Amino acid sequence: MPEATVVEAVNQALTLEMARDERVVVFGEDVGRSGGVFRATDGLYGKYGAGRVIDTPLSEGVIAGASIGLALAGWVPVAEIQFLGFVHNGFNQVVDQLARVRYRSAGRFSAQVTIRAPYGGGVRAPELHSDGFEAHFAHAPGLKVVAPSTPYDIKGLLLASIRDPDPVLFLEPLRGYRQVKGEVPEGDYVVEIGKARIAREGTDVTLIAWSGAVQLALQAAEDAQAQGISVEVIDLRTLVPLDAATLAASVTKTGRAVVLQEAPLTAGFGAEVVATIQEEAFFSLQAPIRRVASPDVPYPVQMLEEQYLPNPERVLEAIIATTRE
Amino acid sequence: MSEAAPAAHVNLDGVASTPMPPMVRYLDEDGELLVEDLPMSDAMALEGYRVMLRGRRFDERSVSLQRQGRMVTLAPGIGQEAATVGAAMAIDAKTDWFVPQYRELAGQLWHGYPLRLAFLWHVGHPIAFQVPGDLKMLPFQAAIAGQLPQAAGLAWGLKLKGDPGVVLAIFGDGGTSQGDFHEAANLAGVMKAPIIFLCQNNGWAISTSISQQTASETLAQKAVAYGFPGIQCDGNDLFAVYATVREAANRARRGEGPTLVEAITYRLGLHTTADDPTRYEPTEMHDLWVNRDPLRRMQLHLIARGIVDKAALEAIEDEVKDELRVAWEEAQKEPAPDPAYYFGQVHADHSPRLQRQLGRFAARDGEAKRRA
Repeated sequence: MPEATVVEAVNQALTLEMARDERVVVFGEDVGRSGGVFRATDGLYGKYGAGRVIDTPLSEGVIAGASIGLALAGWVPVAEIQFLGFVHNGFNQVVDQLARVRYRSAGRFSAQVTIRAPYGGGVRAPELHSDGFEAHFAHAPGLKVVAPSTPYDIKGLLLASIRDPDPVLFLEPLRGYRQVKGEVPEGDYVVEIGKARIAREGTDVTLIAWSGAVQLALQAAEDAQAQGISVEVIDLRTLVPLDAATLAASVTKTGRAVVLQEAPLTAGFGAEVVATIQEEAFFSLQAPIRRVASPDVPYPVQMLEEQYLPNPERVLEAIIATTRE
Repeated sequence: MSEAAPAAHVNLDGVASTPMPPMVRYLDEDGELLVEDLPMSDAMALEGYRVMLRGRRFDERSVSLQRQGRMVTLAPGIGQEAATVGAAMAIDAKTDWFVPQYRELAGQLWHGYPLRLAFLWHVGHPIAFQVPGDLKMLPFQAAIAGQLPQAAGLAWGLKLKGDPGVVLAIFGDGGTSQGDFHEAANLAGVMKAPIIFLCQNNGWAISTSISQQTASETLAQKAVAYGFPGIQCDGNDLFAVYATVREAANRARRGEGPTLVEAITYRLGLHTTADDPTRYEPTEMHDLWVNRDPLRRMQLHLIARGIVDKAALEAIEDEVKDELRVAWEEAQKEPAPDPAYYFGQVHADHSPRLQRQLGRFAARDGEAKRRA
């Protein structure tokens, strides 16, 4: 099977879907001739033209808001937000408007809209280019939040997201764009939204992560193995809807769990994962669930970035701690 | 910057003033014609008047029902009927979209929104937000100017499709302070989207006066910055609003892009039923605008031109009263929404978690009903 990076997998999905469905339009800042700042939309402008691959003014509010109108006009919009940190300029349009189109029109309208954004840090980007803001959006009823980690899942879940009749916020691991390579089938396939993946099987501790942190989790699991601890790594792939069944099955087996998130600790999505595990598998737990997260300070500029983000040592510490309780 | 630009020193005098076209007016305050050529037939004018009256009496009835505790907090459009009906008359309900804020009901009635649903809106029934059948209209919007990026996207999408439709998007003076207004206007200008931005400048955003809202001389001139025309019209003059919006719609249909229309009107009623304008509104200002009431103006005009007499106007009053009575009766027959109903509208399908929440919810609800 051919290999691709994460960003190539994004590009493959967009190229394929634009050919398959003439209603798909791709738009956002610099997505046209430039092919996007990460080249995710590279080549689309040449293939599908200025009528379907469209550069917009620098306005996340109108990118998100106009996607609703484009959907009402019969298009299938795929909007790119250049960095997730910028999406708050359009927070009202994403959370209060896009997420509620079906609900607030009592089913008359729906918004088959995908909003793509790079997610997470670790690439020495400027301020507000690296934040983990997924929890803000996971709390918005009506919005699906998809955050895969591997090129295979990126392609399959992006295709599923574009075809989903409801709005999806599709988070792409910024750190993995070029660093993470993997096998990606050339043709059309979808990965179901709302299904987690066992990224590594294990028996002693369940380690849960999503997006760019999955790579870190796999590394920590490898380190733990060297110390005789067998770690099962779950890649959530989708945050909303959350795959509680896979979480429950794994924790029922291992009896221990560590939740890893890149975002700051308090009220992060990891808290939702912890709450779900205790609801679904409390009597299997042999130890308190541990969280590994960034501290409750804003994402720092480059020189402090490495100390800020969770690293393999911190994850390993949490794994070891949970096995001693 | 053009290479040919000559050297110049800094000069900031006069740049805040933008030459604008004169405000469009057809009728004076007593309904006398100021121009020879009317933009619509007498029959159409009479029909426009009827819908304005329907909106006015609906609002009055709603406020009364709200005071009796039979309706939720609502925002009447009293005094603004010419602005919204005139604009609605200028577009084609078969092809064109009406995108409201929440004080445009009279115009929405013209576009095809039923009175029965309007009443259901004011009792808090979700079906009012559904917008029936294939009526080209978005639901009411509580977020000020939040509908505008969507309307701009809709207009842009219609243009990309080669669809002949145009979009009429309505908002208020307060809306022009929102980023959503500016971002939508900017996008619409760039994309030459077929949209009419109709700003109902009614003088107040709750208690915030227009001079507290903006330092611009006019709201219409904000369009200049986005590269399309802005124009004021007398928003209490049905003919002026109709003629202005019709021209803007024609322009949009010709592919020339958006227009910003500032309809100068006045909120004669309350911001909402939770508001008390006596705390901030000068009495003399209110009295001034009572004399400019668009309904009174149309009545004087229709009588002066012999289109109707007083008896005919009274007959229309009676007909509207009957329509309202029937619509309110029908609205009251609408079954209360099943509390489980709202689970069905979140996504096309239920996630397992939502399905489980629904199951628990339905069980509790069923239990409560058995006890009751």
